[in-house]
Amino acid sequence: MGPASVLWIMLSAALVLFMIPGLAFFYGGMDHGRNVLNMLMMNFFCVLIVPILWFAFAYSLSTGDGSFIGNFKHVFLSGIDLKDGGATIATVAFLAMFAAITPALISGSVAGRMKFSAWAVFVPIWLIVVYVPIFKWVFGGWLADRGSLDFAGGTAIHVNAGAAALAAALLLGKRRGWPERTHPPHSMPLVMIGTGILWFGWFGFNAGSALAINGQAAQAFMNTFLAAAAGGLVWVLVEWIRDGHATNLGAASGIVAGLVAITPAAGFVSGVAPIIIGAIAGAVCCYAVRIKFKFGFDDALDVVGVHFVGGFVGSLTIGLFANPKFFDGEFMAGLFYGGGFKLLFEQFFANVVAVAWSFPLTLVILLGIKAVIGIRTDPQAEIDGMDIVQHAEEAYHSVMQ
Amino acid sequence: MPTLITAIIKRSRLDPVRDALQEVGAAGLTVCEVRGYGRQGGQVETYRGTEYRSDFIQKLRLDLVVADELVDVAIAAIKDAAATGKIGDGKLWSVPVDRVVRLRTGEEGDEAI
Repeated sequence: MGPASVLWIMLSAALVLFMIPGLAFFYGGMDHGRNVLNMLMMNFFCVLIVPILWFAFAYSLSTGDGSFIGNFKHVFLSGIDLKDGGATIATVAFLAMFAAITPALISGSVAGRMKFSAWAVFVPIWLIVVYVPIFKWVFGGWLADRGSLDFAGGTAIHVNAGAAALAAALLLGKRRGWPERTHPPHSMPLVMIGTGILWFGWFGFNAGSALAINGQAAQAFMNTFLAAAAGGLVWVLVEWIRDGHATNLGAASGIVAGLVAITPAAGFVSGVAPIIIGAIAGAVCCYAVRIKFKFGFDDALDVVGVHFVGGFVGSLTIGLFANPKFFDGEFMAGLFYGGGFKLLFEQFFANVVAVAWSFPLTLVILLGIKAVIGIRTDPQAEIDGMDIVQHAEEAYHSVMQ
Repeated sequence: MPTLITAIIKRSRLDPVRDALQEVGAAGLTVCEVRGYGRQGGQVETYRGTEYRSDFIQKLRLDLVVADELVDVAIAAIKDAAATGKIGDGKLWSVPVDRVVRLRTGEEGDEAI
């Protein structure tokens, strides 16, 4: 790997780190004003604990020759030196940021009622038990060997975190008063700046996943751009026609849905495909966010409707649009490029496997935490606000203290 | 006798009302951002296709104390500047005031206004 590639990976790692405050603002703005700091803290906590775990042993467990799990050869990065010009060290840092944002995604579904102590215990356990194995299978284990594709974490990150978010929302139960008496987003400007930061950081997430500076990275960059725009545009159009207004939250949600959907496909599709993928995600997720009302689970900020559904849709579209000829790559072609249904099936299979691992194990982890320290705040805390009760802080002070 | 005039007006009418009051010589004004409802009712917001109804909408509450001879012109000035003819323009009322004290000097009554 040349120095330009090492530089790009380091830049991408920093871009992915920046997605954490982006996500925190995206979620925090949608949350109630008395819970916004709790939301920010749940997100920032991930970037406190996960990089250290990644360095200590999670990286080592997620790499190596095995099909199912790595080993302890690189515990505390032992055996990794600088003879490769820093390529491995930079890659470990990049992947650590990946790992940090994955549990952070789940925070949106548990908003406004989860004990912070339970979250603090949940994140490291979930990372090791759920994220590390799926990451290994998808990016260098048995699911990858079968031929399924995931460029930057559609299956390993978004579908995985989305399934966990559903499990967490079901186990935690509804917030007080949901859905009859809930509050609208407390700060739409915060949501919009969070969305902008997310989009910016996502270039590192997707284009950085080429793990080199090359044509594939450039195409992934372009795809990230187009899919997000198409997703935002379509969501806004659907809303405009259906509800009568083009809304900021619709634009933000569509952008994120498009970004989620293009994530697994970014390095495998080209031409008009990213626009179609983003557009499908925008339309499908715009309706998927209503599922929770039908089934009565309080996925507070729509992690399931946007990340699970968007990730699943994006992952399946690889089975249609994967174009190895364009990338001169060694991967299966999609249905529209003469590959038949084989890749489409593998995409479906890999995501079902991710759900079948993530959903039940998330339930088990949370049931364990519930038995020991409890997972839900007491009802009065929901009235007083997560910020003051759990963190002894307030986001917005009035003149009269 | 000094009179307290209280007006609930649309947020967008503050500048015209202030200008009108200054023109007739009313010397001071206190403004609060308030929420409430009257005949206009609340408003509906839509987020991700879900409607949220807010019963309380934002208005401004103005309080000013004026000397007897200014009451009628001040009320007329507020009324003319705040009315748009549409529902939700607001209301005003006035009450007599027993005592007014200027805190800096201790002056009372019309002197203190």
